[in-house]
Amino acid sequence: MTRVITIFRREFAAYFATPLAAVFVVIFLFLSGLFTFNIGGLYERSQADLRPFFQYLPWLFLFLVPAISMRLWAEERRSGTIELLLTLPFTITDLVLGKFLAAWCFAGVALALTTPLWISVAWLGDPDAGVAVAGYAAAMLLCGAFLAVGSCISACTKNQVIAFVLCVGACFLLMLTGFPFLLEFFESWAPPSVLEALSAMSALSHFEAVLRGVVDGRDALYFVSVIAVFLMINVVIIDWRRGG
Amino acid sequence: MTNLVDAVGLHRRFGAIHAVRGLDLHVPPGQVLGFLGPNGAGKSTTMRMLTGYLAPTEGSISLAGIDLARNPLDARRTFGYLPEGAPCYPDMRVDDFLAFIARARGMDARAGSGRITSVVERVHLGDVLHQRIETLSKGFKRRVGLAQALLHDPPILILDEPTDGLDPNQKHEVRELIRQLGTERAIVLSTHILEEVEAVCTRAIIIRQGKILFDGTPSDLEARAPAGVTKNKMDHVFRSITREQQPRGEPIG
Repeated sequence: MTRVITIFRREFAAYFATPLAAVFVVIFLFLSGLFTFNIGGLYERSQADLRPFFQYLPWLFLFLVPAISMRLWAEERRSGTIELLLTLPFTITDLVLGKFLAAWCFAGVALALTTPLWISVAWLGDPDAGVAVAGYAAAMLLCGAFLAVGSCISACTKNQVIAFVLCVGACFLLMLTGFPFLLEFFESWAPPSVLEALSAMSALSHFEAVLRGVVDGRDALYFVSVIAVFLMINVVIIDWRRGG
Repeated sequence: MTNLVDAVGLHRRFGAIHAVRGLDLHVPPGQVLGFLGPNGAGKSTTMRMLTGYLAPTEGSISLAGIDLARNPLDARRTFGYLPEGAPCYPDMRVDDFLAFIARARGMDARAGSGRITSVVERVHLGDVLHQRIETLSKGFKRRVGLAQALLHDPPILILDEPTDGLDPNQKHEVRELIRQLGTERAIVLSTHILEEVEAVCTRAIIIRQGKILFDGTPSDLEARAPAGVTKNKMDHVFRSITREQQPRGEPIG
């Protein structure tokens, strides 16, 4: 555990050592405000809740979360520091977990900075606190799933732009599998059980399920499993690239 | 005397390329082994295998008696490694970077700062301690890499081209340091500068296409120069050893 914390501390500080943190937070807050007020119409709805904010969050995450995860491994590979890291007394699991948790916490900080929105709504009306808490929990889970996918993809390349683009693509598929236009593609040839499995895999439907405030253990389990599976694949990729 | 580095039957393939072909390496304490060879001979690949960064396709490695494949974490505690090009995190300050390495090496804050102070003094980093690594000259970056490798005072040092890119004064300093460190440690360093072998190494190995072509002391190497050659004897021998089989394409053995 100490080893994971050591990696976590370095990685978390690395976000703030460059303008990345500031740029990310500013753009995230600006866009989330834009979606909430202008497109989501928070005022026009005359309802004191954060629905317009959470509703567009997955789409915002789709482009912003890969920007956090793209550097995780690609940068280590490009600069050669991966050679240093893999010869220090860390296990690959320590490294993968430390990096993932640092990225997740950084995203958590950005998300926490949107709470003034919640405070304003609470001041204007009487929103359901439970729904807001569920919304933030769902947002963190979705973000964690995207980060795990992104970390995994970042481990495959030394080019951060490739890592970013592939991650956006992969997260898009993860978000929308089970949606009609993607299912149609499989409908003609895949057996019904596969179709059913695919439609249960959509991150967006699980996200919306949690958002409704009906916290179902299965939705949380879904996100936790996605995170666990992709982090395990991440470990395998790093180990596999050592060859043998 | 027990060896600190024992590598037996090392092979490494990258797809169709057979980069290292059956290398045996035994290094006792007090030996500074110079690893020589033309570019692409398999020097870096061998060092990467010794440090566990690359897994050997075949063969076994044990460091200070610990099997690298079976017990990687303990084995990694026995050596300090300066990878090729001395990579460090450019956005970190020198002191923060060394503090990170100290934590990674399992030192608590007090032990870590004590070791950092002594290593910084040893490699003369005091003036740039609070600077970001990306702002440093090549010479200073290399010294940060050395400091990182020395931090936990390991019995084994593996240094990939430790003086590459340094000016003559810095080269002299680093060689002096390696000579001092080599009295009780096992040091494996790679280089393609022959004067370096003369200056610091107690043993030289020449490899080409992943095979050992020469293994002996630097003076043995020099003694191989044909009569009549008086200047740059080592250069002459190096060229004749590493070039003699080339026209045939396939390496010996």
